[in-house]
Amino acid sequence: MTDSTELTDSAELAERLPRLHARLEREAAAAGLLDVAYRLLDSPVGQLLLARTPAGLVRVAFPADHEHVLTTLAERISPRILLSPKALDEMAAELDAYFAGRRTAFSVPLDRQLSHGFLGQVQHALSDIPFGTTVSYGQLADRAGNPRAVRAVGTACATNPLPIVVPCHRVLRSDGTLGGYVGGIDAKRLLLDLERA
Amino acid sequence: MMTKAPFEAVVADHGATVLRVCRAVLGSHTDAEDAWSETFLSALKAYPELPAEANVRGWLVTIAHRKAIDVTRARARHAIPTADLPERAGPDLEPSDDAVWRAVRSLPPRQREVITYRYLGGLDYATIAELTGGTAAAARRAASDGLSSLRARSAAFTLGIDE
Repeated sequence: MTDSTELTDSAELAERLPRLHARLEREAAAAGLLDVAYRLLDSPVGQLLLARTPAGLVRVAFPADHEHVLTTLAERISPRILLSPKALDEMAAELDAYFAGRRTAFSVPLDRQLSHGFLGQVQHALSDIPFGTTVSYGQLADRAGNPRAVRAVGTACATNPLPIVVPCHRVLRSDGTLGGYVGGIDAKRLLLDLERA
Repeated sequence: MMTKAPFEAVVADHGATVLRVCRAVLGSHTDAEDAWSETFLSALKAYPELPAEANVRGWLVTIAHRKAIDVTRARARHAIPTADLPERAGPDLEPSDDAVWRAVRSLPPRQREVITYRYLGGLDYATIAELTGGTAAAARRAASDGLSSLRARSAAFTLGIDE
């Protein structure tokens, strides 16, 4: 690389590129080439990454390592991934309303292709735990059809691809203590407090 | 196994370079932006099949060059011959870059291609030779001839190119 690549003013290019990016988002979606769209969303539990496929919301990720999350999505779903906030407006609005205490359930379609096997069964069962209530890991193992699989239930919660929307934060230890959480224990406490209010 | 970056990273890393290439070939900002969009749409479509170890930049620059030429041809087809050529006001063009683009566009195709790849795409001569055929030495000579020609038009001064 040499400086001589600077044929045109970089600042002027930087100004044009966001508009071109927005056009690419529209044209890619229209051509059926946008396999995964994502955006970031500021929330009381940190900056969340939301990703969707044409089928629905496929991933919600806590701030830890968004780059790694995107690389994993590229491997497991498709590398045709674009930052496309508009494609996730509805999902972002529902989450905003949830954090503002104006929504107790989500209605956006979910794409659950990242949930497989017994862990997937547990993750599906999570969706049946109503807002403002909690269950124990043991009870959830029961509901998923394998009462002895308490440890697997813990793993299912820890690997839930759609936290918050699929409420793994509503699962506690049988002694009532919080247990772990994919977004950290402070986030779990905050979500449970929010739902108790 | 190498993992493939999300396409968003490809746009972020190479979007500016591709726009420079499109502008170098097309001049007009509107045409260049059409070519940019077609380049990335076409790249997005083919991306899953691109080998993980491929030179992404070289691949994009090649597509961009082809798309820019498509746009040029489409424009030529739609052009209506007239007796009086209007003075090209070119509100699209940056005055300072206009002369450079015109000069680059007026070079013989081989030189224009190599100059575009080298100085806009930032590719080395070995990569350019892979893309365009021939040897790295021949690519270097074509670039050198092109630069002499540009310099003769005082455009190289604006380019700020050192050999």
